[in-house]
Amino acid sequence: MSNKQKTWLRNTPVYLALVAVSVLVLFPFFWMVTTALKEQTKIFLFPPQWLPSPVQWHNFADVFKVQPQFPLYFWNSLYTSVLVTAGTCLFAALAGFAFAKLQFPMRNLIFLVLLTGMMIPTEVTAIPMFNWFTKLQLTDTHFPLIVPPMLGAGGMFGVFLLRQFFIGVPAELDEAAKIDGCSPWTTFWRIMFPLAGPSLATLAIFTFLHSWDNYFDPLIYISSDRLFTLPVGLKLFTDTAGTEWQLLMAASVIATLPLLIVFFFAQKRFIEGVALTGLK
Amino acid sequence: MEYADAKPQTDPVRTAVRKPNRLNKHEKWYGYLFISPMVIGYVVFLLIPIAAAFSMSFTNASLLHDSEFIGLANYKKAFTEDPLFWQTVGHTLYFSLGLIPLNLILALGLAVLLNRKLPFIGFFRTAIFTPVVTSIVVWSIVWKYIFATDNGLMNQLLKLVGITGPAWLYNMELAMPVVIVVSVLKNVGLNMVIFLAALQDVPKMYYEAATIDGASKRRTFFSITLPMISPSLFLALILTLIGSLKVFSQIQVMTDGGPGTSTYVLVYYIYQQAFKIFEFGYASAIAFILFFLVLVLTIIQWNLRKRWVHHEQ
Repeated sequence: MSNKQKTWLRNTPVYLALVAVSVLVLFPFFWMVTTALKEQTKIFLFPPQWLPSPVQWHNFADVFKVQPQFPLYFWNSLYTSVLVTAGTCLFAALAGFAFAKLQFPMRNLIFLVLLTGMMIPTEVTAIPMFNWFTKLQLTDTHFPLIVPPMLGAGGMFGVFLLRQFFIGVPAELDEAAKIDGCSPWTTFWRIMFPLAGPSLATLAIFTFLHSWDNYFDPLIYISSDRLFTLPVGLKLFTDTAGTEWQLLMAASVIATLPLLIVFFFAQKRFIEGVALTGLK
Repeated sequence: MEYADAKPQTDPVRTAVRKPNRLNKHEKWYGYLFISPMVIGYVVFLLIPIAAAFSMSFTNASLLHDSEFIGLANYKKAFTEDPLFWQTVGHTLYFSLGLIPLNLILALGLAVLLNRKLPFIGFFRTAIFTPVVTSIVVWSIVWKYIFATDNGLMNQLLKLVGITGPAWLYNMELAMPVVIVVSVLKNVGLNMVIFLAALQDVPKMYYEAATIDGASKRRTFFSITLPMISPSLFLALILTLIGSLKVFSQIQVMTDGGPGTSTYVLVYYIYQQAFKIFEFGYASAIAFILFFLVLVLTIIQWNLRKRWVHHEQ
């Protein structure tokens, strides 16, 4: 037996265990995609039909026929998530830079106070905020889905992450910029912000994911269906007559795809990002 | 600084030296300006709302009538008059205590398996992490479909071997365990990656020393690996616990609190009281009890983490 074969043989139990868990967690994706391509009559066939035959690509088109607003939900999810992500990154980087590199009275005290915001659950602050947004006539707009997440608990996490990064940047760099006559804004925008790329990417990925997945906020704030985001919009495939599973699964595939694409392109950043926040 | 200040401003060489000092005076204002969006956000979206929720918990605020101060009545109602509150607390603890050991043990086991140089290891790591980046709503919808009573895949598979499957999500005893398992599969990859990073951080020399001393694999694991990664274990434990106390989406999608009230958890109850029947006062009291639990856990975590960091240095 070659060495290679021996390695495989000795590690068979390891592989068996990993394959078993992988199958378990990947199966829902398989079932979602195959169901999305099945004929309506074959959905609950017994014994189960493992692979769709005939393949019904038109189910994806039917999603948009049954729910003409579906592209709108996709757009609503996309633009709110992009705004939350962009805003969080910019404001968190600005504050993180100030806390790490600028001198001003009570700097560290203010930072510590902001950190406490990370543990305040949205579910608790939602009740008074719902009241105020109702009075300001901001419920049933996208405002509550964009601004509070950007500057709330998620934003505070960003400040923490970016401050950590900027503290690691050698002081010579910003001193040199100062001597060259850069204002703090120029130092930030021209030198520090571009440098923070990797940390910003980690923050952006998590913020986007969180925002795309946000279910509680749209559920309580949004009542007009043209303002729905995807997680809430998916509910519309179930009505009193039951669920059109092949359409719901096709819609779910469409709702999941952007996340999976981002994940597969930025896998390393994702996993390293989690590992880092776990260690620090 | 004094030296530079004493020189006349017209001297071009001195001006170059002075510049940073002049800027230092402005730096303060730049600092406040740069932090102002987050500070305003903190005050408007976190501090004032949490204070408002606290004061609202002492009123009978509701959409139906004006709010009046009623003292501790909401808390008294929760603790002594409302059996559903205690049920809700019980269901939340059931969820947490079911999820945490499953999640942590599976995550640690997988991390240990993945912590070796073998072909395709990277593929398995990515595969098991994938559900973490999937929407919880979509994940719950797919599993709800798999666990459907009459023709769901799970019951069809059981039927193939001659068993009539139960009505999983419509069964008082089974609904919560199903939600727990589905939640574990969704998030186990997160803790797995945290543990994997911790395992890779353990200095190799400890294992070499153990091998020389003839320590068994089991002994090495319990005497070296576990103690070395205990800070990460503890962090994961607390974060998973806090997350599990706030469970909502998968419950709302898969069971909607049912059957009956058998999967009512704290956030679901807050949601139901505040945004279904608009009892803001009572909902605030329950929300504040949740906040208090999270606060205590976070303080424990911060204190113990400080102690560990101290040990490490």
